[in-house]
Amino acid sequence: MAWIVGVAKEIWGLFVDDIGLAVASLVWVALIWLGARWLGEAAGPALFAGLALILLTSALRRAGQ
Amino acid sequence: MTIDLAHAGPPALAAFLASTVEFVEALTVVLAVGGVRGWRDTLFGAAVAVLVLALLTAVLGPALTLIPLRMAQVIVGVLLLLFGLRWLRKAVLRAAGVLALHDETAAYAKERELMLKLGARASGFDAVAFGAAFQICMLEGTEVVFIVIAVSAGGAGLILPASVGALAAFLIVTALGFVLHRPMARVPENTLKFIVGVILSGFGAFWVGEGVGVDWAGADLAILGLVGGFAVVSLAAVPICKLRAARAAEARA
Repeated sequence: MAWIVGVAKEIWGLFVDDIGLAVASLVWVALIWLGARWLGEAAGPALFAGLALILLTSALRRAGQ
Repeated sequence: MTIDLAHAGPPALAAFLASTVEFVEALTVVLAVGGVRGWRDTLFGAAVAVLVLALLTAVLGPALTLIPLRMAQVIVGVLLLLFGLRWLRKAVLRAAGVLALHDETAAYAKERELMLKLGARASGFDAVAFGAAFQICMLEGTEVVFIVIAVSAGGAGLILPASVGALAAFLIVTALGFVLHRPMARVPENTLKFIVGVILSGFGAFWVGEGVGVDWAGADLAILGLVGGFAVVSLAAVPICKLRAARAAEARA
């Protein structure tokens, strides 16, 4: 059982370091998914801009601690 | 299926660079374990892990083609995005001096010390050496397999160039390990992580966008724009984070 928990932790750690970064990225992707039709050609730039802002915010938050 | 260099190049390069970082980390531990406990069972453990990983890639890679492309792009894209942004954030923070740089020499010394603490090796099969080498190769190798599969999500034909990139990294790092017999402390790991984080984030955003219905201007060429965009943002983030960390330190003083 401990071995399975260990493997699960390692896999989780591959994708999630800062939970805020991961959750915010997923929420932003979901919002773009919902609004892609309405956004039209702006959906791509909006997806990138949001992700870049989320990354910057996460790094700045850590730097300020 | 034929693929041109423009499509095969980015996955191959991303897989090569990312795999180099992972293989260097695995090599450090394998060298420390082998140096203390002997090479036979250490190399046996590493070889078994490589075999298991090769089987995993052979099974998981083609399995991706069985699920609808759009769904595969969303799943793999999200995972790639989380993986890439995590690497990029860490690389930015390390470049800004907020987090300490990964030190292969220190990691080697720490692993050697651990192996020495575990005492004398058995005369027969050395389970400690086998287990330690197997574990690190499986751990780092799983990341390589994930990267190879993830950067190949755009088409069934891309798994080959990505695999070739990873295999090239494996051969180069292994060969250097045999020749040098010491950890590759001079490999600019954070720079590599920075580059790979930028590439993986670009790929991840593209695949996820494709999956959720984004109509990318320039089609596949948008990947280059995304990679460039993440590079600019991340490079700009380094001095900003440095300044933020300095101000936070001043406030604490």
